[in-house]
Amino acid sequence: MTSSETVDLRGPPIPKPPVHQQLLNSVPVAVAIYAGVIGVIVYGSFVGAQNMGYNWQWYRVLQYLYSFTDDGFQWGEIMLALPATIQLSVLSFALATVLGLFVALLRLSGLVVGSAVAVGLLELIRNIPLLVLLYLFYYVMGPIFGLDRYVASILTLAVFHSVLISEIFRAGINSVAIGQWEAAKSIGMSTGQAYRYIILPQAVRIMLPPMAGEMVHLIKSSAIVSVIAVAELTTIGRNIISETYMSFEIWFTVAVIYLVVILILSIGVSFLERKYAVDQ
Amino acid sequence: MSSQPIIEARNLDKFFGKFHALKDVSISVRQGERVVVCGPSGSGKSTLIRCFNALESHSSGTLVVDGIEVFEGSKDVRRLRQEVGMVFQQFNLFPHLTVLQNLMIGPMKVRKVSRDQAEETARKYLDRVHIPEQAEKYPAQLSGGQQQRVAIARSLCMETRIMLFDEPTSALDPEMINEVLDVMVELAETGMTMVVVTHEMGFARKVADTMVFMEEGRIVEVAPPEQFFTAPSSDRCRMFLAQILEH
Repeated sequence: MTSSETVDLRGPPIPKPPVHQQLLNSVPVAVAIYAGVIGVIVYGSFVGAQNMGYNWQWYRVLQYLYSFTDDGFQWGEIMLALPATIQLSVLSFALATVLGLFVALLRLSGLVVGSAVAVGLLELIRNIPLLVLLYLFYYVMGPIFGLDRYVASILTLAVFHSVLISEIFRAGINSVAIGQWEAAKSIGMSTGQAYRYIILPQAVRIMLPPMAGEMVHLIKSSAIVSVIAVAELTTIGRNIISETYMSFEIWFTVAVIYLVVILILSIGVSFLERKYAVDQ
Repeated sequence: MSSQPIIEARNLDKFFGKFHALKDVSISVRQGERVVVCGPSGSGKSTLIRCFNALESHSSGTLVVDGIEVFEGSKDVRRLRQEVGMVFQQFNLFPHLTVLQNLMIGPMKVRKVSRDQAEETARKYLDRVHIPEQAEKYPAQLSGGQQQRVAIARSLCMETRIMLFDEPTSALDPEMINEVLDVMVELAETGMTMVVVTHEMGFARKVADTMVFMEEGRIVEVAPPEQFFTAPSSDRCRMFLAQILEH
């Protein structure tokens, strides 16, 4: 019911929550508490840094974000590293999605061998630390198959996330009612056609939120490739720090950039979710 | 009505694990015949008609539908299903597609009919089920009765020769049952072969050529409706009819 007409309410009113709870939940009080907590953390960090004699040099950070030279506006080193992180993440995510769908279909195929292979893969990869997987791809598979560091990084991220994505696909596909399969089959569709035209389009709606979560997870875990010196945000941050010794400022800056990128992504996804919800 | 059987089942047995759902069921349906199957729940009525389009596979016995032998793993299953339409209790419309797209997707993807021709057919059958104005809506925007009529139109769009109905009005609010039954009566008048699982005895009296009563996986009684409703030969059938016709 979406009607907003006023209704004549009868019966006893619902009792209000206790006074202290009302007070804590009122907007000004809530904002004040929030600001207070953040303030204590920030102040504590500054005082702590001061006591260890840290020399804050925020004014030097800006040049790594952007600068104005004789040639006009120019992005700084950190901002130039951001596209590398995004490219790495997008390529890995695309490959992970394809692999994930394949593993999910294998698992759901009804073939004993298929599901055994899928479960084996899932347990194997899910239970190896990401860092170890990266070393395996770079130091072991790399020399064997001639993978450079960038390819090794993409493969590591894609393989690691593909098994997690396969579980999202499996849950999404299983969430579509069995009657949809029966209806698709009874108009003569093959299994492939039923997946493509009937089941997957419905599964995607359910998969969207967890897939967005997985993309966020992947962007964050992409930072790990800095240990094999693939040029991306975290690696560049490390390089700058080794030249300037501004570790506090640069790490804060890098963290904020990750945060902003992921927040933008989240907003985009919630927009998509609303759009799909309206269509139904 | 030709006398040639279009569905011929001999000695069908069906097990779900240890549960014996169909017990030595033999039935034959002639082309153009309207068969109504009734019986208490769990008597195997749905299982039987789901075998006819291979949504269930029988465990033993022979089943030939429209000249195609049906058995588990048969390569002809998809060809069979293009000749046999099915209407479900829960409608099972595709919720992500509009009404028109629901009707067009089968002909376009399975029969490889052109978009224009599929749309023409779809609109024709939407007219036939009296809801041409709902073409652009999504299933969730329609009432149950309208959804079920769309589901009937979806099967008709495949130009099937046989239509199976699995309790088509059981999930409907009472005031919507008649609009669906009316469409089914009109369909019966076109000479379509129909096998209908239902408890709507008024409908059965009106259109059935043959009544089938099932209980505990067996066919207990097969009779023309006059005889079935007035003088059923088995006690079980008499008791069942007394119960559902009481009100």
